Amino acid sequence: MKAFDYSRADSPEAAVSESGDGVRFIAGGTNLLDLMKLQIETPTRLVDITRLDLANIADTADGGLLIGALVTNSDLAQDPRVRARYPALSRAILAGASAQLRNKATTGGNLLQRTRCYYFYDKAAACNKRDPGIGCAAQGGYNRILAVLGTSEECIATHPSDMAVAMRALDAIIVTLTPGGDRRRIALADFYRLPGRTPQIENALEQGELITHIELPSAPAGKQLYRKVRDRASYAFALVSVAGIVAVEDGEITVAALAFGGLAPMPWRDPAVEAALIGQAPTAAVFAAAAHALLKDARGFGSNDFKIPLMRRMLIATLRDLTENAA
Amino acid sequence: MHFTINGMAREANPDIRASLLDLLREHLGLSGTKKGCDHGQCGACTVIINGRRINSCLTLAVMHQDDDILTIEGLATGDALHPMQAAFVKHDGLQCGYCTPGQICSAVAMLDEVKAGWASHVSPSLDAVTLNDDEISERMSGNLCRCSAYPNIVDAIRDVAGASA
Repeated sequence: MKAFDYSRADSPEAAVSESGDGVRFIAGGTNLLDLMKLQIETPTRLVDITRLDLANIADTADGGLLIGALVTNSDLAQDPRVRARYPALSRAILAGASAQLRNKATTGGNLLQRTRCYYFYDKAAACNKRDPGIGCAAQGGYNRILAVLGTSEECIATHPSDMAVAMRALDAIIVTLTPGGDRRRIALADFYRLPGRTPQIENALEQGELITHIELPSAPAGKQLYRKVRDRASYAFALVSVAGIVAVEDGEITVAALAFGGLAPMPWRDPAVEAALIGQAPTAAVFAAAAHALLKDARGFGSNDFKIPLMRRMLIATLRDLTENAA
Repeated sequence: MHFTINGMAREANPDIRASLLDLLREHLGLSGTKKGCDHGQCGACTVIINGRRINSCLTLAVMHQDDDILTIEGLATGDALHPMQAAFVKHDGLQCGYCTPGQICSAVAMLDEVKAGWASHVSPSLDAVTLNDDEISERMSGNLCRCSAYPNIVDAIRDVAGASA
């Protein structure tokens, strides 16, 4: 690990005042320290934010929740309000990582974790995300876990979070503090960046901007599910996953919010999928049309081609589960 | 730097880069906690911080100066083994033994999570937890055993928990 300076911030304002080149905030550290050991991340200064008063979950006036950025993944998954009102979020978190990691990893950090693309981790291989302009060894390489939607010639990495997929379906909003002292509210829909020509830029945060909270609007009516397919029964990243909220009234789908993991460089949500469902009866043909809308532009890179038919079948099965026994 | 480890005040001055794991093993002589992968994948380094199990390899020692750190060395009372240690002996929950301190620390904290009503990925309901072998396997998936002593590890944990198979 490269040498760095360390300081502990005692307020969000003090934390952002330390912003600058090479400065990184550290909270749970489970991904950042892993990358620092490999010298993929080489910060010159770590600002420890773990003592900030950002580890609480509060009710909001409109029936939602305001989640402090330092709430651990475990605490978020087990919060009685999350279990009752946002079960897809609890389920998504519990489907990710191990208990030890969930006890340490934070809500803010989970959103900012980096891809697990093998070539990003392998410093002997070309990776445009790690070293912009050097090339992408994943295309033409072993790309089983990589993306089939939203890719570019420069990068086909997937975002690895399960939690963020559920939050995307739940229309979460990220609340930040900028180094200039401003509060920003960024919809999760606008937070992540597709790789395009700049795969090293992954989100909308400015240098030194601190995530302080994640806000969940009140949960939409409907049944919620998180379903994940992976290479092991536990403790593995998603090959494909879906967070779904669907309501059926009088034989017609009235609510459909669906976000997908393992498919793309960000938690993926496509209005065309939901448009194919809303107002329709929950039938096999309608589910197939929704899957077609999701995957019509999907493109595999060899060893990840299987994700396209897997996702199609998994989405159809999940929609069946979300709508059976519904009104 | 000042630390509280197994109820005792300890002092050390490791490099700022030192992981909690390296602090324990290299600076304080507490070599019961094991370094397996050093990347949070194997669980051999599991310790209990303020009652919660974590991977000590993936956190900086400097960040834990105010915490209550419990390691495998702190579980027994004198010569009396902790019930989880005794159960691993009774059920032969190991072969080479390298993963065992992490398995035991993890299992001890895991049973507290169950007591607190925490659901897992395999729990049919998020609100009611019944510990069985599937639950034990899921909840212990962050601890790998290269000798694959898993059946006996599950037996040991089930015995301590008083759970059914």
